[in-house]
Amino acid sequence: MPDLLLELLSEEIPARMQADAAAHLQKAVTDALVARGCLYEGARAVVTPRRIALSVHGLPAASPDVKEERKGPRVGAPEAAIQGFLKAAGLTSIDQATIQSDPKKGDSYIAVIDKPGRPVPEVIAEIVPEIIRAFPWPKSMRWGAASVSSSSLRWVRPLQSILCTFGPETEDPEVIRFAIDGIIAGDTTRGHRFMAPGDIRVRRMDDYLTSLEKAFVVADPEERKRRILTDARNLCFAQGLELVEDEGLLNEVAGLVEWPVVLMGAFEESFLAIPDEVIRATIRANQKCFVVRDPKTGRLANRFVLTANLEASDGGRAIVAGNERVIRARLSDALYFWQTDQKPLPDFENAAAKPLDQRMAKLRALNVVFHEKLGTQGERVDRIKALARHIAPLVGADPDLAERAAELAKADLMTEVVGEFPEVQGLMGRKYALLQGEHESVAAAIEDHYKPQGPSDRVPTDKVAVAVALADKLDTLVGFWAIDEKPTGSKDPFALRRAALGVIRLVMENGLSMKLVPAAVLSGRAIMADLLQAHAGKVKGTLELARHTGDLNPDGLLSRLTHTSTDAVRALRGTPIVAIPPQDWERHRSADLLSFFHDRLKVLLRDQGQRHDLVDAVLASGEGNDDLLLVVRRVEALAGLLGTEDGKNLLAGTKRAINILRIEEKRDGRAYDGAPDSALVHAKGEPEERALFALLQSASAHARDHVAREDYAGAMKALAELRPAVDAFFDKVTVNAEDAALRENRLKILAELRAATATVADFSKIEG
Amino acid sequence: MSSAHLPPHMRPERSFQGLILALQTFWAEKGCVILQPYDMEVGAGTSHPGTMLRSLGPRPWNAAYVQPSRRPKDGRYGENPNRLQHYYQFQVILKPNPPNLQELYLGSLEAIGLDPKLHDIRFVEDDWENPTLGAWGLGWECWCDGMEVSQFTYFQQVAGIECAPVSGELTYGLERLACYLQNVESIMELNFNGREGAEKVTYREVFLQAEQEYSRYNFEHADTAALFRRFAEAETECRALLGKGESGERHLMVQPAYDQCLKAGHAFNLLDARGVISVTERQSYILRVRELAKACGAAWLKTEAGGAAA
Repeated sequence: MPDLLLELLSEEIPARMQADAAAHLQKAVTDALVARGCLYEGARAVVTPRRIALSVHGLPAASPDVKEERKGPRVGAPEAAIQGFLKAAGLTSIDQATIQSDPKKGDSYIAVIDKPGRPVPEVIAEIVPEIIRAFPWPKSMRWGAASVSSSSLRWVRPLQSILCTFGPETEDPEVIRFAIDGIIAGDTTRGHRFMAPGDIRVRRMDDYLTSLEKAFVVADPEERKRRILTDARNLCFAQGLELVEDEGLLNEVAGLVEWPVVLMGAFEESFLAIPDEVIRATIRANQKCFVVRDPKTGRLANRFVLTANLEASDGGRAIVAGNERVIRARLSDALYFWQTDQKPLPDFENAAAKPLDQRMAKLRALNVVFHEKLGTQGERVDRIKALARHIAPLVGADPDLAERAAELAKADLMTEVVGEFPEVQGLMGRKYALLQGEHESVAAAIEDHYKPQGPSDRVPTDKVAVAVALADKLDTLVGFWAIDEKPTGSKDPFALRRAALGVIRLVMENGLSMKLVPAAVLSGRAIMADLLQAHAGKVKGTLELARHTGDLNPDGLLSRLTHTSTDAVRALRGTPIVAIPPQDWERHRSADLLSFFHDRLKVLLRDQGQRHDLVDAVLASGEGNDDLLLVVRRVEALAGLLGTEDGKNLLAGTKRAINILRIEEKRDGRAYDGAPDSALVHAKGEPEERALFALLQSASAHARDHVAREDYAGAMKALAELRPAVDAFFDKVTVNAEDAALRENRLKILAELRAATATVADFSKIEG
Repeated sequence: MSSAHLPPHMRPERSFQGLILALQTFWAEKGCVILQPYDMEVGAGTSHPGTMLRSLGPRPWNAAYVQPSRRPKDGRYGENPNRLQHYYQFQVILKPNPPNLQELYLGSLEAIGLDPKLHDIRFVEDDWENPTLGAWGLGWECWCDGMEVSQFTYFQQVAGIECAPVSGELTYGLERLACYLQNVESIMELNFNGREGAEKVTYREVFLQAEQEYSRYNFEHADTAALFRRFAEAETECRALLGKGESGERHLMVQPAYDQCLKAGHAFNLLDARGVISVTERQSYILRVRELAKACGAAWLKTEAGGAAA
């Protein structure tokens, strides 16, 4: 059985794209072969920075013969239809078609076309160019003289040569000749760029791999990873050290070399004064080298492990020396940044006593804009401080600590280290805070207030951190809602969905029962005050200019506008939150934001396997929906109830009641709220009716009690007790009784059932 | 080709100017036009019309030149060993890129004394983008023993216009490369003229004072109100010139307009260094310069050098 070997040699492929490219090539080629009837025994793809190679073995020499049926028109169809069919099917006379009978549709023609199999090389020569042209690189490019045409071949980097052979194990294979944009497939490849640049003739995957190995190319990425990891561990072990393993870095490094040569370098011990995280960030991000740990101290050692792509003639001395130079320069920068950040900040020594506070002063002084419509980072920090202070008691945090943490939370944006390595933002703030003697919780909050950043990120647990994290995210959300920059479709440039999910996870995972709307109203007022203040400032500027030029009467419109804005700012800033109830605009905006939270909550609960209709049912019941923890507890309790027989039947009964009410209320043009006439129930009601009526009074009172105590399981249990009475009622009692008073009363009983269940959820929203 | 035949003071591994001369000689021998630096403040060699405009349109173009690059924000008063607000780039532009551009590039490294059998030379993914020029391309950072020594880019778009054909662009950071070749830790220590003893001139002697003076200017004293005005004036004049140069199917005044685009770009860089442009405003300034660059690029295609039909 013959094998196919295909290699696409190009200029260096980005490390991060190699694995997907190899997988795609394998799938695309094998799928296309199978689609043409060419089954195979196995396939294997390998990839290096310069090549993707695929072997498909155990292929047939030719694709199988196939009979293809083509349906034609019915017998007796117009001549034009018959002729069209003959042409399409490649027949010369309708006699060549067979007639198929169908009892329903009558007789019709069918052409059976024999498609003889083709030699597989021909099939390959047809499919491979198509696959190359349609290759789904994340980013591709054009190059060279051919690129005058916009339809020239696109590849991840210039494609240099194609190797394509086909043949049985025992013989020399044939070269499958095809050309794509002037590159003609052959049976040669090249070895390592520097150590074996000449042409190599290959036959199949096995000699391909061994020939390349001799030419200093390890084609298999897993083998390169294995060699790098083994050599790196051994080098470290020999020095009594251990490698800080890093899967992501290993994958990347293995994608940067064809012939890995692992070497160890060192840097001056004095650089160990830099925090480990910063050393690692420096060495990893910039140099793609591993760092090394000293098992005795648990801290980093002054060594690093690099992976070269060359067996150098001097044994790697120049390479190590070169890398050490670069790392020394990088670490000098890092050390300088780390030390500078702990010193007083020139020009701001008088603005504040401590280094981090001085950085915060600088952030304020520079008027660094957070968003053009939402003011500066300084204003934002002031808002977060006020909000964190408000939230602190709700989550059990010390308000002073929360305010202090919020004050310093963004200060590290002005530090040199964070300027250089944005990925250590927050972490550096924490370190500098501890160095200047801040409270542990303040330091923790500085690092953690950005968290959680995504569905798998850690959720802070320190109460101060929780307060600041909530304040930070709410300010963002409320702010963007205030300027009407909400996410739409796939566009969410300010990561507001992530912020909302962060709030939800903070609340849920910390078990915080807390109303979001009052916090959102408070936050919204602070934002409005800032917006108005900015507006007043602009008006004032225009006014002064106008006065200078003598254009304007000082008592004119602009002047009055300034006063109005200033008064409004004063009102918004000066009034305690409780003093003014939420205004209409605040209620609308909060409701809109709350429904955004609910959408995120639904997504989260769905991902956790909860039914979306239960969430809808709970949310539709109205009150208390801005306490997300309670919403979740109600959903869980409802799911628990519906998991029982009683619950299922109660649901069916309640839905029936709601349906009847909907129909009858519509027909009568009135609602059947209000208490049923108790005397009438007792005088003329059926026994089942009396039983349900009595039970409803107690069950709904119990349910309400439980709800008030946030005991949703208890509420559900109280409701579940209604089930036998509801079933019996529907069994025996005719709701639409001829006696109008009796009918009204029965509808009112059903309305009571609807109301009782509505204390936990709107049952009409539940499916099934 | 090796530098062994050169007198010691001319060798690229001993002399900063020797490095420049070696690269010039190498690329001249490969058929490049050796241009001189553009006589305006630019942030990178790409902004030189010899790359920015010439990479547009169908006409073949091979050029190499040194371009002094001004990055006001990178100034460190001459105190940082690796950062300067003024440094040199060596720029090569080949349109269309020859099929053996990587080999040519590696040859140029050998020509300046970097033996690829001794040094670990790598092509590491780097998608290059210059938002103010509306330009992007795919390519690599070229590493030598872990140090980035060049940028290697296949231009895909310049001034918002698809490159047809694609140019290959090589940019060598000369100071960093020279530090490596001369084995010194700080740019200021570089031997500029390759001489020793009393005849030796260092980079410090040539540029330290300038770094200090310009850092003061860039960070502390540049007149921001004037710079804002200058930005606006350059923007206006660029558009005016582009309008006045229109002549039916042809354009007659692209390069003066493009100069104004460069002036606006430099004013923006200075304002940025002065810290008076906020993050969000920054984006809008970049967009404004990009619009100018795009308009210049479109006009260039209507000139003879841009390939417009006679």
